[in-house]
Amino acid sequence: MYGFANPARFLRIARWLTPVCLIAGLVIGGAALVWGLTSVAPDRLMGETVRILFIHVPSVWLGMAGWMTIAVASLVELVWRHPLAGIAARAAAVPGAVFTAIGLATGSIWGRPTWGTWWVWDGRLTSFLVLLFLYFGYMALADAAARQGKGRARVAAIFGLVGAINIPIINRSVVWWNSLHQPPSITTGGSSIDPSYLWPLAGATLGFTLIFAAVVLMRMRALLADQQAEARLRRKAMAAG
Amino acid sequence: MREALDPWSFVVAAYAIGVGGTLAMIGWSWLAMRAAEARRDRIREL
Repeated sequence: MYGFANPARFLRIARWLTPVCLIAGLVIGGAALVWGLTSVAPDRLMGETVRILFIHVPSVWLGMAGWMTIAVASLVELVWRHPLAGIAARAAAVPGAVFTAIGLATGSIWGRPTWGTWWVWDGRLTSFLVLLFLYFGYMALADAAARQGKGRARVAAIFGLVGAINIPIINRSVVWWNSLHQPPSITTGGSSIDPSYLWPLAGATLGFTLIFAAVVLMRMRALLADQQAEARLRRKAMAAG
Repeated sequence: MREALDPWSFVVAAYAIGVGGTLAMIGWSWLAMRAAEARRDRIREL
């Protein structure tokens, strides 16, 4: 792991990995969405609105995966003081929040024709909305910490770790409480989804995950470049003064 | 009586939000990265 702690080595890898992830994600994700939109038969119960799930499910998965990225990177930052871990956590916040917002919006759009309502305050929807507010809180804390110096970064990292408590709550909410939301369709025991829906769903999930990785890499490169520029300006100012 | 809803308008709205939001995020992140790296290189050359 410490092999990647050197920012110069990380940048050498990120420079070629960013476009690879981005192009692969756009091609795979785009093809899966077109497949799901044009070639899949309407569902017996949901009808044409089943197609919304090809964009809703990957978004929800990445909303939760984004926070798990923050939590793991925060743990690495706190325990091992890995120099890139805090940057990785901050870089995952924006794409995680964007996919959480897309998951909420597309779920609401799917719910109106399927459930007859845009929103219900049940365990799954409410805990997922809480995740969006956690992202807003984390971004505000991390930005404030970055402005005020390194010591404050621990506060954001601790917030990232504590916020991870919400992830198993989201996952188990449909089992613990009564909900309009269906129980998990994919578990460790297998999948209850018909293969004609499962393959485009898997393709869209893979494509969006690669896009997420590309965006995290881009944001890490931007944060690193900002840090390097600030460090160089400080050195010049000290040399001049 | 249940109102008749056109399912395709919901499908199109969901795809517009999902695809549009994702592309906007990619564009914003790409531009932010290019701007930050260009500023770092400019300062390096000072």
